[in-house]
Amino acid sequence: MLYRNFLNMPYWTDRRNLAEVDRFRREFDRLFSGFGDYGKAAVKSGVFPAVNLTQNAHHYILRAELPGIDPGHLNITSADNAIAISGERKIESEEGVRYHRSERDAGKFSRVINLPGEIDPEKIEANLKNGILTILIPKAEKVKPRQITVK
Amino acid sequence: MADMKTKDLQAKEKQEVTSQAEQTMSGLLFTPEVDIFETDTEITLLADIPGVSPDGLDIDLRENTLTIIGNIEPFKGADEEDVLIEYETGKYYRQFTISQVIDQEKINADLKDGVLRLKMPKARKAVPRKIAINA
Repeated sequence: MLYRNFLNMPYWTDRRNLAEVDRFRREFDRLFSGFGDYGKAAVKSGVFPAVNLTQNAHHYILRAELPGIDPGHLNITSADNAIAISGERKIESEEGVRYHRSERDAGKFSRVINLPGEIDPEKIEANLKNGILTILIPKAEKVKPRQITVK
Repeated sequence: MADMKTKDLQAKEKQEVTSQAEQTMSGLLFTPEVDIFETDTEITLLADIPGVSPDGLDIDLRENTLTIIGNIEPFKGADEEDVLIEYETGKYYRQFTISQVIDQEKINADLKDGVLRLKMPKARKAVPRKIAINA
């Protein structure tokens, strides 16, 4: 972990800040929800949709669970190392039926996710499959780790 | 707020299954959110199961118990490391007791964009029939 951070020196501080924010959120959640949440690994943002952000050497990968959302009602934009996802989930109302359960929600949503490093906004790819949105965000060329050959 | 045409979606935490029976499946289990509605001729169930492909879906109706199990493929590539994790993934599991008699052969399941639409036509004898009275 340590040496990886050194390799990615330009955004090392950013990443550390992100971890700090996470830690703070967890502490905060714990304070207000009793002590039952210790085991939970996920961090809650309270904004729909919940996202998972991962990275490899060349990309950030942003995923969100968006079941039943038409790609036409989804709007993804990027600006300044941030990705904005907004859209609307529509649920057609059924005529002449009796409801036993109605747990699924419809409505509008909008969220901006800041990325911890510089990105290449030209080559972002988004894909919606089985209700999972996957956004592949290439890192900017200058922050990608480079292999240095030892002569 | 109530008169707004469309409301804003609220973030909801995925509900982990807390079943009385001992679990024999490994990994996390989540309860999918469902809508269930009924007409005179059929019962329809809609369930949000993002990440489940048709191959990973297992629907079972025996006696009066409907069981839905959604298996998911791991999304994450081996070379990916976590930056921010807000939701966890796992199988979906939910059971219902269906009190109506269902015509098992005509059950129709349709999975699209992570939403399951299960149509269960009622068996003939369960469909209310209007009886004409001859005068």
